[in-house]
Amino acid sequence: MSTIKENLKNTPLYNKHIALGAKMVPFSGWNMPLQYTGIIAEHIHTRTKAGLFDIYHMGEFFLRGAAASLELDRLVTCRVDDMPPGRCRYGFLLNETGGIIDDLIVFKISQEEFKLVVNAGTLSKDGKWIKDHISSADIFVDESEHIAKLDLQGPLSAEVMNTFGLEKVTRDLKRYWFTYIDLAGVKVLFSRTGYTGELGYELFFSANDAEKIWDLLIEVEGVKPIGLGARDTLRLEMGYSLYGSDIDEDHTPLESGFDKFVFMEKNFIGKDALVRQKEKGQRRILKGFVSEGRRSARHSFKVLSAENNVVGEVTSGAFSPCLKRGIGLCYIEKEFAAAGTRIKLSDGKIEILAEIADTPLLKNGGNRPSG
Amino acid sequence: MVPQELKYTKEHEWVRVEGAEAVFGITDHAQDALGDITFIELPNKGSDIKRSDVLGTIESVKAASEVYAPLSGKVSQVNEILTDKPETINFSPYTDGWICRVDLTEPSEQETLMSAAAYETYLKESRS
Repeated sequence: MSTIKENLKNTPLYNKHIALGAKMVPFSGWNMPLQYTGIIAEHIHTRTKAGLFDIYHMGEFFLRGAAASLELDRLVTCRVDDMPPGRCRYGFLLNETGGIIDDLIVFKISQEEFKLVVNAGTLSKDGKWIKDHISSADIFVDESEHIAKLDLQGPLSAEVMNTFGLEKVTRDLKRYWFTYIDLAGVKVLFSRTGYTGELGYELFFSANDAEKIWDLLIEVEGVKPIGLGARDTLRLEMGYSLYGSDIDEDHTPLESGFDKFVFMEKNFIGKDALVRQKEKGQRRILKGFVSEGRRSARHSFKVLSAENNVVGEVTSGAFSPCLKRGIGLCYIEKEFAAAGTRIKLSDGKIEILAEIADTPLLKNGGNRPSG
Repeated sequence: MVPQELKYTKEHEWVRVEGAEAVFGITDHAQDALGDITFIELPNKGSDIKRSDVLGTIESVKAASEVYAPLSGKVSQVNEILTDKPETINFSPYTDGWICRVDLTEPSEQETLMSAAAYETYLKESRS
């Protein structure tokens, strides 16, 4: 294993991760913590207590000005014009053929200001696409470098924040809403969002204060640092998609089962392609699966029917620490996509017996209010 | 420090030679690189294996990798504990986490293995 550092960027918390003994890995051009103690222990900790994730690598874009709302409505699949300030909404940036350029969350800050939280790996592609498709590039700003993002996730998240006198905020803040809080003099955009399925928050603030806020949160009882390894198994148990693995420009949100995040009553880039796809009906859709045993299929395993015909392909696969089975997501032909359908997963060498399952794959446990 | 009494391969397997028999496992370095081990496909008892053949597959949360036979032999015992508790390899790679025991068919192959000192040097070199 020769270690060629391919000009990886470090987050402002790099020294914290090293001091905590993190195993660092390259991810979308960043040197990121894969794990601190172990993926399974960190996963279970997040499902039972509270985990803190350094998510500096994700991007934050702003659209500002009187035209921002209208322009954004044309760029993303979710409805923007009816969002009140303080609201977050999940949606997609599509190309002309309906392929997913990225999945993102829209934050409406005010009538004339919106924030987009985008993936690290697609950040420059997204930025270019947006600038090329708005009437004036002046309304767009990429502030990714200046904004730190920490995710606090797990059933104790509210209690952790309450140690800073935020009882009223944690009691009132509903899922997919945000507000501003003051943490030790630092202004934090505080949203009740996340990628784990647990009660949790995402904190956005000046990158200069990253170490200060990290230290403040990590020292609260019940909080442990969690790496990207557990972030992936946590999201997969919920059946959440990972851009680049499960969703990409070769698939539309309809094929990925995201109809409810696509508002067809407005105009947006890629809509015509989706309308055509709706008329024709799509052949494959994204579904979850659960293996019979502990063995898990991996990305690009083939999905076979009981008759050994190839009927799909695995896009994400891992061991589920909560279910203690292999789990994953796959694109599968519609007639085999019903929950309970028995399938085989194979890379040509091994064959794993599994069953199609509705998401979330982890049905119970955790503190997961849907509100 | 790696156990001095064992022999090693470049693929990070260890061997404990006991007369005409040998016990195989993977090194601490290997388990650390894999992370939490979630599944192991053990060789079949009674099967004949050839040096460098695939002995089994080890899966961790994130990946799957193959374990190679360090020496040729006939498998006389497999560590059944690993079927339900594959994580034993993480906690105890050199003792409780052994993979299988074989009756050696080509004892002279031992010369291809590395001593503990040579393996440590190899680890240092592969890190730099």
